Amino acid sequence: MNAHPANIAAATDAVTPAKSTAPMVVIGAGLAGWTTVRELRKLDKLTPVIVVTADSGDFYAKPGLSNALAQKRTPAQLVSTSAAKMAETLDVTLLDHSRVEQLDVAARRLTVRSGEASQTLAYSALVLATGAQPIRSAIAGNAAAQVLSVNALSDFAALFDRLQEGDATAPKTVLVIGAGLIGCEFANDLLQAGHRVHVVDPSPRPLAALLPESAGLQLQQALQDLGAHWHFGTTVQAVDADAVTSGQLQVTLADGTQWVVDAVLSAIGLRADTALATAAGLLCERGIVVDRFLQTSADHVYALGDCAQYASAGQRTLPYVMPIMHAAKALAATLSGSKTALEFPLMPVSIKTPALPIVVAAAHPALAGQWVADAQETQGVWRFLDTQGAQRGFVLTGQSTARRMELSKTTQLQDSENPVGTRS
Amino acid sequence: MKTYICIVCGFVYDETAGRPEDGIAPGTAWSDVPDSWACPDCGVAKADFEAVEI
Repeated sequence: MNAHPANIAAATDAVTPAKSTAPMVVIGAGLAGWTTVRELRKLDKLTPVIVVTADSGDFYAKPGLSNALAQKRTPAQLVSTSAAKMAETLDVTLLDHSRVEQLDVAARRLTVRSGEASQTLAYSALVLATGAQPIRSAIAGNAAAQVLSVNALSDFAALFDRLQEGDATAPKTVLVIGAGLIGCEFANDLLQAGHRVHVVDPSPRPLAALLPESAGLQLQQALQDLGAHWHFGTTVQAVDADAVTSGQLQVTLADGTQWVVDAVLSAIGLRADTALATAAGLLCERGIVVDRFLQTSADHVYALGDCAQYASAGQRTLPYVMPIMHAAKALAATLSGSKTALEFPLMPVSIKTPALPIVVAAAHPALAGQWVADAQETQGVWRFLDTQGAQRGFVLTGQSTARRMELSKTTQLQDSENPVGTRS
Repeated sequence: MKTYICIVCGFVYDETAGRPEDGIAPGTAWSDVPDSWACPDCGVAKADFEAVEI
């Protein structure tokens, strides 16, 4: 769906900053981009809004990407609202399959390319919701380019197609690189869908960076009971086309073992997509640096979602759904004229590993303290206590995940100004 | 009447209020909300909600 040129305030000669009648422009139509527009429309139905996206702009539940296989949902079924319907409901001009080629924050304008056509837009406010890109490790071999990552619906479609190759209903063998949150969720989903799964990670156990050791070991056992083959303390060295079978891949690990698999899925983490922001001269570190009002280092330019490094989160990136909701609400209020600082509440993250459901409320990584298990570890409750003995985070596993609310109430929130100190 | 929260994004379904914009009348019990209904804010399934006291 392409925009009508008449709806766009083209700033062909906009050497001076755009007037306030210029539209707001949102770059990115993932959860962060669409939620910002939806929240804005609750407060301001009139300001013209243009959404620019490199993909179709269809709205889908991103958490569903890592539990769709077991539920036998196709990529098309994951779309909850089409891009056209979103644009109509929210009264925005959608530039889909389009990329921003140039961003001039001093002149407040950007150049967007859609296929062969390119246009210059002036903006009154710009929202960067460019998301993140999967981190990829260096892998040798003649089939390294066939390693998949899933961070968008189109990526999931590629995995889905790969699993359908040959006999579509036959179980496949998938090697997952990374035993973190996304790697474990996909491992669980693939196993539940009937596939054979290998997981490779240099750490000694799953979710080693996030969970206390005994909790990680519970998950390791639960997925192993489902059939997971763990390969800890090693990495993937090479992925080659298998010499014997057609279409399969031969994976060589650093420990020398080799496995023939149907697909390799890399899930070793996300890196904020700061390419456009960096090119425009905005301050970027681990993400696009934003203040408590979600403003970047340039006036009238804001960022949120997986691309942002939040002052309100002690300079962390928070690539989860719930932070996006809070950020979008605060930003929408600011954009509609009432400047609103973003305050994050405690935001426990649910890890979708049905073999052993897990809820994690992580403290700031720089906060000193230790994990303490309640009575017996089989109870599935761990509390992160700081050096003063205050509870600053928790982990719940299995049936104890039902105690999320209770544990949230007893957890002391971090002070965003001083995330590693205690709140006065 | 109870309330249910989306554990992914925090959206709250209140049985008293229902969700008229999705065709779910005020007073509709959670068990009568169709399984095909998705979280209006983040799109996850009904199964990703849990009961809460607010």
